[in-house]
Amino acid sequence: MKVQEILEILECQCHLGKDSLDREVHKAFGCDLMSDVLAFDTDKTLLLTGLINNQVIRTAEMMDISVIIFVRGKKPTKEVIELAKINNMILLSTKHILYTACGILYKNGLKGVPRREEE
Amino acid sequence: MKENHTIIRQEYDIIKNDFARAGEASSNIKKILRQLGIDSAKIRKTAIATYEAEMNIVIHSNGGKIIFSISEDKIKIGAHDRGPGIKDIGLAMQEGYSTASNKVRELGFGAGMGLPNIKRCADNLTIDSKEGEYTRLDMEILL
Repeated sequence: MKVQEILEILECQCHLGKDSLDREVHKAFGCDLMSDVLAFDTDKTLLLTGLINNQVIRTAEMMDISVIIFVRGKKPTKEVIELAKINNMILLSTKHILYTACGILYKNGLKGVPRREEE
Repeated sequence: MKENHTIIRQEYDIIKNDFARAGEASSNIKKILRQLGIDSAKIRKTAIATYEAEMNIVIHSNGGKIIFSISEDKIKIGAHDRGPGIKDIGLAMQEGYSTASNKVRELGFGAGMGLPNIKRCADNLTIDSKEGEYTRLDMEILL
């Protein structure tokens, strides 16, 4: 799914990466716990989170996640945007809560990251 | 037989509770690996393990170091800190077990996934800890 389409569906505001909205994501992960994000395979993944700090950007950087949506109407600070800019990311925010934002995207065909294999 | 010379070795000081800079060492190491043209799956594994270890030092210790080195056949990451140590390593290795404060949880950490994530990503992991003194994690990712 193209980021432009996601932006429209969730009525997002774009804080960074306006010129890259034709970027594709193949799956999504909704989470406020960054260590949980670090436990999954997140190639070409969209991250939805209610957490706004540098650690969200660092976590995304480690996982090669380049598109982040902040939920519940939260907006990233200048510091967060600057760090994301260095990493060539797209930052959006939506007024929907995490559950609703994920539900809307799922209904529109964007699936979650695969479950982990039982160890 | 060909010797495995260390190509690069670097040390990064990690400061207790410095959440603004937490992750910088991992970010730098990831960039170096990319410049060296290392396979992206190996880079990802190294980045996750290093970042979790770096966050552990920031969150749980009184400060420490991340020591990175790469040779022809492996990446080595050491995470050595001064601090309270790990009381029960077996418990700390269990997913969901955490001693983190609420403040740390608000930052998105303290889910009890740090050491399990490190173990999953590293091909070899040794943990040495003395209560009240230090914790030393040494990880290897084989190339």
